[in-house]
This record gives sequence, structure tokens and C-alpha cells, in this order.
Amino acid sequence: MSAFLAFAETRAGVLRKVAFEAVTAARRAADSVGGGEVHAVLIGAPGITQHAQALGRNGADVVYVVEHPDLERYNPEVYSATVSERVRSGEYRGAFFTASAEGRDLAPRVAARLGVSIASDVTEFEIQNDAVIAQHPAYTGKVNVTLRLTGSPALLSLRPGFVTPAEQPRDARVEALEPAMDPAAARVKVTDLAQRSTTKLDLGEASIIVSGGRGLRAAENFKLVEDLAAAFGNAAVGATRAVTDDGWRPATDQIGQTGRLVSPDLYIAVGISGAIQHLAGMRTAKTIVAINKDKDAPIFKIADYGIVGDLFEIVPRLTDQVKKVRSHG
Amino acid sequence: MKIAVCIKRVPDMEMRFSIAADRTSLDPTGMKYEMGDFDGYALEVGLQLAEKHGPGEVVLVSLGPDGVQEVLRKGLAMGAARAIQLKVDQVPFDGMAIAKALAEELRNGGYDLILFGRMATDTASGTVGPMTAELLNLPCVTGISQLDLTERTGSARRDLEGASETVQFTLPAVLTIDEGIARPRLASLKGIMAAKKKPLETKPAQLGPVNLKVERMELPADRPPGRIIGEGADAVPELLRLLQTEAKVL
Repeated sequence: MSAFLAFAETRAGVLRKVAFEAVTAARRAADSVGGGEVHAVLIGAPGITQHAQALGRNGADVVYVVEHPDLERYNPEVYSATVSERVRSGEYRGAFFTASAEGRDLAPRVAARLGVSIASDVTEFEIQNDAVIAQHPAYTGKVNVTLRLTGSPALLSLRPGFVTPAEQPRDARVEALEPAMDPAAARVKVTDLAQRSTTKLDLGEASIIVSGGRGLRAAENFKLVEDLAAAFGNAAVGATRAVTDDGWRPATDQIGQTGRLVSPDLYIAVGISGAIQHLAGMRTAKTIVAINKDKDAPIFKIADYGIVGDLFEIVPRLTDQVKKVRSHG
Repeated sequence: MKIAVCIKRVPDMEMRFSIAADRTSLDPTGMKYEMGDFDGYALEVGLQLAEKHGPGEVVLVSLGPDGVQEVLRKGLAMGAARAIQLKVDQVPFDGMAIAKALAEELRNGGYDLILFGRMATDTASGTVGPMTAELLNLPCVTGISQLDLTERTGSARRDLEGASETVQFTLPAVLTIDEGIARPRLASLKGIMAAKKKPLETKPAQLGPVNLKVERMELPADRPPGRIIGEGADAVPELLRLLQTEAKVL
């Protein structure tokens, strides 16, 4: 039996969904090799302990809680020192992180401190005797790579949204842990965290994305896209690079090769021609809808459902109808 | 200010890839290469900082086969002073093996800043920058979209999912650069001519052990060909019907 560790990511003192995904993955890994213990690490300001039990729901046997007044926000040096110290003393077979902005920062640091390799942005994995086999979409989603990770502990960062948090309740034992270095001595400090909007759904977590391109003609016309997203109720708004370059939308909304890579259930491309740089970011969506006036636009080559025509007429009508469907359940 | 910019040669992502007979690599026939997208931003940031906080020197470092020299020349044409190729026949997938080689080269270089792109566009892992920082025991900020430097400290903005952080750090430091911070300049004809005479040093890479290997590469199943279901707003009811009954996403 081997034990596994999961890093439980928080934001502003609250567990993120990816924390439950990491614990669920660690539980699955442990059960696949005989049912060893799952330990989680939870770091934050005093009071963060109140969230420890929630990790037991997904199968954590032990939650190591690090509380410190200076750890209200992420601190790369203190986190990586503390987590790698924990991994070292726990003799784990593997440790799970998330390929979120924070996890992508933390996990490679922990690997380097431990002198081991890491498989990043993993969508599926299997624990074998002498290796971990991991799936990783690479080359802007154009190639599926199967990786073989050897050495122990095996570190993995999981692509957000690919592990469904599963209930496997345990009475998690909570143990306090000291930070492995004094936060005051850190050379890197996060001095401010600005949440954009608490109601705004993140592109990576949205099951429906409505995206706009140059065909909208002006920044203010993005209201059409926002209204359609709002009609769905659970949709996020994305944009093409042309649009973010022009300042119509913030750079963080960009979907594409150099922006976010998304795989929602439904992707609606409004006034988007379908440049390769954009397709790289959304080609893995389950269903793609395209609305564009040019019937030869490349977006129609990959759209499951395309409508050719004036988006200024089509989108408001679609918004109306979606509202009706939604209100009738 | 002495700045190292680590760049990677990656396949041109606009190409149609095919898998080689060994099933673990891409077929190199007709492959075109370029500098990684994010590496271009990192280089632009390096060049701007060297201009602003001069006198300075921007040194390019790239690990790979002789083909990387072409990408290094391009970086020299953009304005870097010199370049170092850490030679290996094949670049491993394992970020740790690469970070060890880079750390070995950079350790005694006296750099104020070591810049990377946020991730390579091919392996899409983003591990080499922060790993190199840890191996060198340097402060590191990843994925930054804004940067202000004073003499010995810096402030950066990092975008998270639905939020952003302001991060303060001390120099020397390792930074990995996200898109949007600065548009990479085009090399001028003069720059291209000058680049031919700039020093490009080749030395063997001291790779670390490789513990992450490609077992298999596959192309994802092709999407079914696109389908236009109608024209104009009159097609909306049909779209809704398909979303509900066929795609079952509504």
C-alpha cells in the first residue's frame, strides 16, 4: 500500500474546486494500488483549518494544515519549502497538484526541490509498479502525448476540470504543520490579490462559452455576446486575440494558442472567422456553434452547427429563444 | 543590467502534424520551426529592459540540436548581444533534465534577470523556468503580464483564473513571461546583417537524468466536418432543436 499527497488550493481563504479534484485523484491513485492513505496539505491564514474536514469528503485521511498570519495569500517560496518538506517526510508514492496558475507555479518548484520530475497538465493517469502513465495534450491540443514518469515520489499536476470530485467520506484527521521557512524571509511576496468579479465564471470552469471576434465591429457590441451568455446562465465570455489586442476585452479573456485553451461542452463563436491561432484554443470543445456572415470562414469547417448571416439579427434571436428554453426548464 | 533569455525552438504550430513510425515523436519531414510564442515575448521584455536600464547585455540561451542556431540568429537579429547553444541531439520532454542543464550554464553568469516564456508551445508544461530558479536558489515569478523594475527590486502582475496578483520580488530573479506584456519586435535588415557577426557559442548540454519520457504520441480524432444548418435568424429554431435533441447541451 502506498500513500499519496494532494495539494489543496485555496483562494482568499476558501477552497477552490481544484482542491477537491486533487484529493479525488489522490484517493483514486491510492485505491488503485491497494488503498493506502491520502494526505492533503492546506495552507492559509489562521482560520483555514475550518476547511480541512471538507477534504475528508473526497477521501483524505489526514489533512496537514499550515496556518500563519503572513500566508493569507499564496507565497511561492514558503509553499514550495513546506510542501516539499511534507512530501519528503511522508514517503509518498506520488503527489497531486493542479495545473492552475498557482499549481503551475508551485508544482515544478516542489519537484526541483525534491530532485524529481513532474508530469504537467495531466488529463488521465494510471499508477503502475515502476512508473506512472499520464496523458497530456500538447502542441496546442494537436497531439495527445502519453508520458511515462519514473522515480518516486511521482509528481503530477492535473488539468482543471478533468477529474470529477467524488464523495468518499472519511473522518479526516487534522494535523497542524509549521511553515518550513519564515514567511518574513521570503524574497517573493504577493502583496495584492484582485478578484475580477465573484459572479463571473472562469473560462476554464465554464461548461458553456460564448466568444466574440472582430465581426462584432465594436467593443460595445460585445453586449450581444454577454447577453447570450447571461441567457444560458452558466456561460463564460471569451474573445479572439484580434479583439483583446484591440483592447475591446481584457487579455485574460483571450482563447487561443497564446491565451486560454478551453474544452467546454458548448462553444459559440460569434463573428469569429477561425484563425488557426484561435482554433488551437477551442478545437477540443464538445459542440461548436458558429455564427458568421462569411460562409467560407474557416470556423465553419469545424463547427458542428453553423449559421451564415448577420450576427446582429441572429444573436438577439438566439438569446431570446435560449431564455425561453431556460425559463421552461 | 545583464539579462539571460532562454528560448526554445518549437515546430510551427500552424502545420499539420503526423506521427513518426516510432509512435513517440512527430514526423520531421517538412517540419518548419520557430521561436516559442511566449519566448518571443520574453526576449522583447529583455531587450526593452536592457535599453531602459542600460548599459546592459541580453544573452540568449537555447538547448537543442544545431537547428536551434537558426532561432538564436533570429533573436540576435532582434537585438540580443550574443547566444549560447547547449547542444543535445534531441530535447527531452522532461523539464527537470533541461532545467539542470540550464542551471549549470546560468549559475555563474552574473545575470540580474533570467527570463523564460510562460511555457513552450510544444510540450506545454511550463516547468523549466521555475525549476531552473529553484536549482539556482533564485526568486521566481511565473506567468507575468506586467513588470516594473527598480535597481534591485521588481513588481509584477500575474493573472490567475478570474483574478490577478501583484507580486514583489528582489533581484537577481527568474521571471516567466505571459502574452500581452510587449509585442515582439520585427528584426530590421540592419539587425539581420549584424546578427551574422554576433558571437554564437556552442557547448555540450549537461542534461540531468531523464525520468519523464514519451511513451506514445497520437493525433486526436478529427472533428466531423463542419455543417452549415441555415442562413440568418430563421435558422435559430433549428439550431435550438439540434442543441437540445442532438448535442444535448441545452
